[in-house]
Amino acid sequence: MKLVATGSQTVGPFFSIGFGHLGSLAAAVDSKPVTVHGKVIDGEGESVPDAVLEFWQADPLGNYATASADVSGLAAGFARIATDDDGCFGFSTCRPGAVAFDGIQMQAPHLVVLVFARGLLRHLITRMYLPDEPGNATDPLLQSLPDDRRPTLIARKMSGSADSLHWEVVLQGENETVFFAW
Amino acid sequence: MGQPSVVQLPPPGTQPDFHHPAYVSSIARSPRQSLVMLPYTISERTGPVFGPGVIRAQDNDLTAQHQGEPIGERILVHGRIFDEDGKPVGGALVEVWQANAAGRYRHRMDQHHAPLDPNFTGFGRMMTDDEGYYRFMTIKPGAYPWGNHANAWRPAHIHFSLFGAGILSRLVTQMYFPGDPLQPLDPIFNSIADEKARNRLVSHFDIATTQPNYALAFGFDIVLRGSNQTPFEAVKR
Repeated sequence: MKLVATGSQTVGPFFSIGFGHLGSLAAAVDSKPVTVHGKVIDGEGESVPDAVLEFWQADPLGNYATASADVSGLAAGFARIATDDDGCFGFSTCRPGAVAFDGIQMQAPHLVVLVFARGLLRHLITRMYLPDEPGNATDPLLQSLPDDRRPTLIARKMSGSADSLHWEVVLQGENETVFFAW
Repeated sequence: MGQPSVVQLPPPGTQPDFHHPAYVSSIARSPRQSLVMLPYTISERTGPVFGPGVIRAQDNDLTAQHQGEPIGERILVHGRIFDEDGKPVGGALVEVWQANAAGRYRHRMDQHHAPLDPNFTGFGRMMTDDEGYYRFMTIKPGAYPWGNHANAWRPAHIHFSLFGAGILSRLVTQMYFPGDPLQPLDPIFNSIADEKARNRLVSHFDIATTQPNYALAFGFDIVLRGSNQTPFEAVKR
């Protein structure tokens, strides 16, 4: 039996009455944290204060969690973070390890990112990669992208530190982030 | 193992387009570049796993989260979560949020001239059992006006968020109620072009589950993307 998946609908503007922050990434693994700050921007260059992002990542050894973190029931390797009044978000996490692409190639460290907001009838799927990772040069997905769009998936270093990153999610327009079909 | 396959796309019309101008908020927030096909790698096949600790005692009874009972028509909403193979999705985290009976959300940005209810927050959370079954008690949400177009009103609805097996099975949707005259006028509901797919967002009245002298019941089954059969696997480098 093949069923058709239920249609998606927007989270709307009022999700934060409960559907806001859920879990954290830093708490999942005891290792040197990377701090990410960013912003969600729409096609008119306006910040998006009513977006919520979900991040899914492997641990530093490249393993995806297969069980909840602890008695809290929260999912290891996962966090949901809403943007603030200025469209900004921030979190700390451990540096994910490289993971398999297929039986031979590896993928550079990355986080899978889902974007929900008023105005988005379906959520967007993208990825955030880390700067200065040697694996970026051979990552099959990154390298399949046009040169001018690839940088939209790679966070930038803040004040020269590889542990303090900035990453913008541009929903539309100049420097529009690469989003994936699903 | 060769190249990973790419993520399959849903049948045309069964999901909304990102750019749906009748829904004005989608105009500046939808991508204009082509979406890129996504390889189906370990990053896409895996996903967050929640434990029972994430559910608190009154999370599945939105009428019992305060000292008194909320005003409104008490309803029981229930159903099952399946994957595309028709297999039940057990252990799925289900989150719901909604307006109160007067059509107002407990949110600082909701300026609708309707009363807040001190006994109603409007958020719930539960986990499906092994058969993919969920249920929660709430009150029927009211319709409310919004600024999308002249005299625009959202049909009564409950927001649903679901986590299945793997991050690609993620779904956020809205459940509607049968016989609501606002549905044909609503650009969000009508963003799903396929009529059958659209109507699957409408719950059905369920007299068999209706609790005598207590609450009407509505049934709402959900199908998540993907197959639940693929076991989670940990890939070591």
